[in-house]
Amino acid sequence: MANQFEMQITKILDEQGRDQQKLLSILLDIQKASGKNYISEEAAEIVSREMGIPLVKLYDILTFYAMLETKPRGRFLIEVCNNAPCYVSKSDRIAQFLRQELGINFGQTTADGLFTLQYMPCVGACDIGPVIKIGDRVYGNLTEEKIRKILSDLTNNLEG
Amino acid sequence: MPKTMSVLTARCGRIRPDSVKEYVATGGFEAFRKALAMEPMEIINEVMDAKLLGRGGASYPAGKKWKQLYEIPTFPKYIVCNADEGEPGTFKDKVLLEKDPLLVIEGMLIAGYVFDSHDGYIYIRGEYREIQRIFQAAIANAESAGFLGDNICGTDFSFRVHIVSGAGAYICGENSGLLNSIEAKTGRPRVKPPHLAEVGLFSMPTLVNNVESFAGIPVILSMGGKQFLELGSENSGGTKLICLSGNVNNRGTYEIPMHGVTLRDIIYDPELGGGIPDGKELKFFHLGGQSGPIGFPHQLDTVYSHDALKKVGLSVGSGAVVVLDESVCIIDYLKKVADFFIHESCGKCVPCREGNRQIRLILQKFSDGVATMQDFERLERLSLTMAMASSCGLGQAATTALDSCLIHAREEFIAHINGVCPVCFNSRKNGDTYAY
Repeated sequence: MANQFEMQITKILDEQGRDQQKLLSILLDIQKASGKNYISEEAAEIVSREMGIPLVKLYDILTFYAMLETKPRGRFLIEVCNNAPCYVSKSDRIAQFLRQELGINFGQTTADGLFTLQYMPCVGACDIGPVIKIGDRVYGNLTEEKIRKILSDLTNNLEG
Repeated sequence: MPKTMSVLTARCGRIRPDSVKEYVATGGFEAFRKALAMEPMEIINEVMDAKLLGRGGASYPAGKKWKQLYEIPTFPKYIVCNADEGEPGTFKDKVLLEKDPLLVIEGMLIAGYVFDSHDGYIYIRGEYREIQRIFQAAIANAESAGFLGDNICGTDFSFRVHIVSGAGAYICGENSGLLNSIEAKTGRPRVKPPHLAEVGLFSMPTLVNNVESFAGIPVILSMGGKQFLELGSENSGGTKLICLSGNVNNRGTYEIPMHGVTLRDIIYDPELGGGIPDGKELKFFHLGGQSGPIGFPHQLDTVYSHDALKKVGLSVGSGAVVVLDESVCIIDYLKKVADFFIHESCGKCVPCREGNRQIRLILQKFSDGVATMQDFERLERLSLTMAMASSCGLGQAATTALDSCLIHAREEFIAHINGVCPVCFNSRKNGDTYAY
């Protein structure tokens, strides 16, 4: 398994090139490929070696940028916008509903390792607030019904 | 007179975004061809005549910025497009990046030609991952059509555009923080001076402009700087993309001329905001993002232009217009603003890192009904300290919204001191969880 992940990382590095300007983009791709939405120590070491960036500098970056995480998270990262424009579109009700549906608090992961709940800053979708982001996709104009469907679609696709 | 226009957004939604063929068929790259026949200084003069004020939020005159960089004799120079649109309530760059990326590329290309630069970088926020793919496709197509790469249009001018992704840091929208981030560092701002025109990307002279500013460049060259100025007001030319959100019927991005359209039009005109939902009353509106000022109903008849807004203590900023109705408690709203800045402060300087926390704590005292007049004065003093002593624009502007409220909504602070906020009281009774 470890080798397979290493090959995946090498593939990402080959595709994007090893230019330092691509670092954040590479890290986001590795995080996505990890299946747990994080950059493991192992992954960080490979990137450090392959790109010639000292590990300490890499961790400076990993802990600075909000989208990057060094601890495992759920397979699906559900992020709720809690900035002012979404707040006035009642994002707190959406947050409350997600907490209930998933049975976890913000910053936690469900026991099956499927979902992590987090807040995020504005993603520029205030015209369809309240919004959540799962992976790269933004879902807007949310209602409780829509959220139920999004969650069940994610779980069903997994089984199918 | 029409309240909306399609100048920058003329192609948006009408062509396939990454198609060079469709872009050229609708007049694309004509401005660049025109530029090739002009002297660089002539182009800069057009931008100066146009009085294009930077669209990222700081409204710095683009022509002045261009002239400063032009006069620096060091090479290579770099062209950087700031597409780290992270100001809450702002989603106008997204429209251009997603629906007409080639217009932005053409703007960068013209800048490249003016400064004899060979490399342009566009820093697109990590949250816009899908848009990065669209933009990459547009770059690739422009390269195969010969508008990017070596010997562009048969000249000896070469220019390439590289995409750099962000990864979730509002501070990278600050231009020097952005350059650090491109250099694979943490995105903390640099100490200035030296200015970026002298010591910018990879320590070389650099031009950093916003997406909407670059999109304006081909338009300026096509219609001429003087014509562009006429779309705006005395000291600020062009149309402006505005983003309406919050408690307003028609949320979305609109392009408006910057003369003759008032804030009242923006919020109530059926062609624009279309009024407040559910028959509620307007309470206040937040302009230009979280770092912008808050306006109140008595300012509604102000024309939306840099000149007119400035006179009443408001500003255009990024173009965000967040509308808030009577059900929103100002203290609760300001707490949201403070939460944002606590999250986004890079932590480098004390006034910003600690100031935002203290403001949040004091505002909580107002919510809890235990604040006194001394706390009100503390807010005033703290805000002034942060504005004067913070190292970059983030900390300096973090309390702009608070300042507007301390002046225009003093009664609401006093009401909280006296333990009576009709809004909080009613919403809590109805089971809403406004306070958290």
